[in-house]
Amino acid sequence: MNNNLIIINVLRFFALILLQVLVLNNIQFSGYINPYVYVLFILMLPVQTPGWIVLISSFLLGISIDMFSDSLGLHATASVLIAFIRPNIINILSAKEAFVAGAYPVIKYYSLKWFLTYALILVLIHHSILFYLEIFAFREFFHTFLQVIASSTATLILIIIGQYMFYKPIK
Amino acid sequence: MRNLLIFLWKRNLFFLFLLLEVISFTLFIENSYYQKAAFINSSSSISGSIYQIQNNIAEYFSLKVVNTTLANENAHLRSLSTDNYLKINNTVFTKNDTTYKLQYQYVSAKVINNSTNKRNNYLTLNIGKNQGITKDMGVISSRGIVGIVKDVSDNFSSVISVLHKDSKISAKIKKYGDVGSVLWNGYNYRRASLIDIPTHVPITRGDTIITSGFSSVFPEGIVIGKIIDHRIESGNTFYTITIEFSEDFNKLSYVYIIKNFFKNEQNDLEKKTQNE
Repeated sequence: MNNNLIIINVLRFFALILLQVLVLNNIQFSGYINPYVYVLFILMLPVQTPGWIVLISSFLLGISIDMFSDSLGLHATASVLIAFIRPNIINILSAKEAFVAGAYPVIKYYSLKWFLTYALILVLIHHSILFYLEIFAFREFFHTFLQVIASSTATLILIIIGQYMFYKPIK
Repeated sequence: MRNLLIFLWKRNLFFLFLLLEVISFTLFIENSYYQKAAFINSSSSISGSIYQIQNNIAEYFSLKVVNTTLANENAHLRSLSTDNYLKINNTVFTKNDTTYKLQYQYVSAKVINNSTNKRNNYLTLNIGKNQGITKDMGVISSRGIVGIVKDVSDNFSSVISVLHKDSKISAKIKKYGDVGSVLWNGYNYRRASLIDIPTHVPITRGDTIITSGFSSVFPEGIVIGKIIDHRIESGNTFYTITIEFSEDFNKLSYVYIIKNFFKNEQNDLEKKTQNE
């Protein structure tokens, strides 16, 4: 990783935390939809990033979000889990496509379909852990399930919009 | 031993992952059940000050609503007997209830962070330990109850909202005096359910629900909401009641923290009786 990439990722880390706690946590779309777009940081770390950096930075990201939402440990648990399984998902999904060394897992370097599958899997896992852990019981299973689906959809839409805003796909 | 070290080294990522998950999960459990980790939540000074800055900007957009609410409340207070309210300084009011020898003090505070869209909601207020706030004090607004103080730092306090899975408020029906509990089941931030009201009570839609005063946190008679729906499920001896909160939690801006000077005495006595 060169210096430029490090700076971009550090900036993205803080920008996403502020976006999450100051804007998205305050938005009310009924009680079901709470988008957690900060996971984009974990999704977009370069493929070649050493595993321990991915894990530690995801932990710090989760803990920072927790500090602002009074849910100490909740976001950290979910973030560290998706940071751990991220390399496996990339490997499975990249088996068919040519592997671009050092690249970001973004639409620009892969296809839209690839990125959607990749983001969908990780966001779904992250949101499921988050919402079920927050309730800590299965008694409101169906309600929580709806919350997971609705919030994951909202998160994905925001992530895709963000991708097209900052990275023009190569045609 | 050497093999063990090699094994650990080969799997170092997995163990780092395990370590971080155990830390996170332990923090989560400790924080939700014992609320110990007071130093690292939204009452901590870093996030507290960031929320303060955000609030300084955002409050301009709600000035009109806040003014109307304050004006309404002033009118209401003016219509009450002023003997009950002893003004000590600009922000602290004392209510002396001579019949019961109970004394509650109200301290006004501003909400600088608030949520209603999660299963467990919290608020952050702009006063804390330096202003005499401690854990477990009740928080109300001019329209109804709001929550209970969970943690305090020097200048901020963090409050568990009524909109929380663990919140259970001792309540009674104003007209009949029957006591039940208000629980929030998470679907709608305007509604909650009232349980433990037996079916012989002739309740009707629109009956007001107030705090019972049994807990040492809230004084008796603070409005919680009103009944909007009630039914009896077959074979049940209690009503299934839906109430609507009198406070719109999404619009909270100024609240009052209640200090109960006889709280320790009541709690100690109750604890002693239960232990015997």
